Amino acid sequence: MSYSILGPISEGGSKVPLCLFRVPAGFPSPAADHIEAQISLDEVLNIRAPHVYLVSLAGESMQGAGIYEGDLAVVDRSIEPAHGHIVIALLNNEPVCKRLCLRGREVILMSENPKYPPRYVLEGDELSIWGVITSSVRSHV
Amino acid sequence: MSKVPPVFGLIDCNSFYASCERVFRPDLAKVPIVVLSNNDGCVIARSYDAKPYVKMGEPYFQIKQKLKQHGIVPFSSNYALYGDMSERVMTLIESMVPAVEVYSIDEAFVDLTGISDLDSLGRKIRSQVLRCTGIPVGVGIAHTKTLAKLANHTAKRLQAQTGGVVNICDPIKRDWVLRNTDVAEVWGVGRRMKVHLDGMGIKTAMDLAKADPWTLRKNFSVVIEKTARELVGTPCLELDEPDPPKQEICCSRMFGKRLKELPPIKEAVAAYMMRASEKLRAQRSLCKKIRVSIRTGMFNPDEAKYANGVVIALPYPTDDVRLLTTAAVDALDRVFRPGFSYSKAEVLLLNLCQPGEYTDDLFATSQPTEATRVMSVLDEINGRWGRGTLRSASVPRNPDWGMRREMMSQSYTTRLDQLWEIRCT
Repeated sequence: MSYSILGPISEGGSKVPLCLFRVPAGFPSPAADHIEAQISLDEVLNIRAPHVYLVSLAGESMQGAGIYEGDLAVVDRSIEPAHGHIVIALLNNEPVCKRLCLRGREVILMSENPKYPPRYVLEGDELSIWGVITSSVRSHV
Repeated sequence: MSKVPPVFGLIDCNSFYASCERVFRPDLAKVPIVVLSNNDGCVIARSYDAKPYVKMGEPYFQIKQKLKQHGIVPFSSNYALYGDMSERVMTLIESMVPAVEVYSIDEAFVDLTGISDLDSLGRKIRSQVLRCTGIPVGVGIAHTKTLAKLANHTAKRLQAQTGGVVNICDPIKRDWVLRNTDVAEVWGVGRRMKVHLDGMGIKTAMDLAKADPWTLRKNFSVVIEKTARELVGTPCLELDEPDPPKQEICCSRMFGKRLKELPPIKEAVAAYMMRASEKLRAQRSLCKKIRVSIRTGMFNPDEAKYANGVVIALPYPTDDVRLLTTAAVDALDRVFRPGFSYSKAEVLLLNLCQPGEYTDDLFATSQPTEATRVMSVLDEINGRWGRGTLRSASVPRNPDWGMRREMMSQSYTTRLDQLWEIRCT
């Protein structure tokens, strides 16, 4: 039995695959000169970066933003949270996923579902932003 | 032209294990927590606010009541989480400085030579790591590693005044720190040495810095002499190169419960060998001999005690887990005696060499190339899908002798099925 081990499916995205087209006999592969790096979702979503985390989402309050029960979210902790970002917020130490809305001095955590009213952050509330959601991933099967 | 004096930084995570647990448990931000050793034995880490109530090393079973009384939450150690968070912290540090020596899971020395605004870089490292990982760190900066360690200690001690960053490159600040730090806090000064030094009238770090180096060398060792020189600002230690390959590899663990029969101990020995051989291949060594030992508990007066080990020479230098496991199980057969309650097994790989380094005699067999390839496939699969995905058939997935970890948090960052769940409500 003859086999060759091709490189791993690229994780960092930067690995160029090993070219192991075997040429013991026969026509050399015309593709050999055109090998490019493999496509890597890790790289697209940047999930190998030290400041990026994956979390799983539950509940239906963010459906308007296309976020459904069971979706994965890519959370970046290096981004400065700004108006309009979907964030993981810690509201009185309770983690929630909301859209961050800054209106003058007001800070509002908005849901994307009419069933869920906006949550105004009040004087006595303690709010910190854990991270900013940059992408979400849903399985369709 | 005079040479620029070296500058070192020591970056140290505050209560690292406890801080890791808090990252994904914001509800525990103000709740004191402790982390327990393997098998939930004793306390190995405490959050800042648990320190007044719990000592390091206290056995868990003795302090259960006390923990409850003070509302302290215990965790089993979750090394998958701590390892991943450590890597994140170290990667972030690496991106901000010219060179890093990762000193332990929660500490790194960095080279800051030639950087003009040290204080602001220190603060940037601290804020960047805190923001990107949630782990608070302290930064100590000085002209030697020993002083950087001391500066870091001061940063921790005077957190509120210093903001977690202390730069003692300035001799006036350095001397203040030396005068106001107990000699026991100096890197490398142990409890015993502290007693000796005390007898010599050396009480503060400053006293040690001023002590006569030759007397120190005569009474203690060249190590403490170097420490004293470093305290005055003469660098004797450099940023270390990565460790050379180890000469011995060990995997030893307590069982989660006492084992009386041979089969489960065989499983454990095979599992430990699996891990030891991974370490062996990771440093690209081969091993010529192994030692397997087992023992009963040693402290229970009502139990019969027994401990024994045996060394086995391998037919050729190898890193093949199949051959190593066969040899280990064979070794176990020789030392196992029925009628005892075993608590621990240990697998040791000995006489390590690099491939090509050992001298073959002309007729000696060496490891078949197929075996080397099988091992690299094994490591690749486990590297990609997680340790233990592909393993020897003698290693069970969830052994009942496995480590007791009853209060373990999720592996939030390394297991897809254990991610942090956020509710959209």
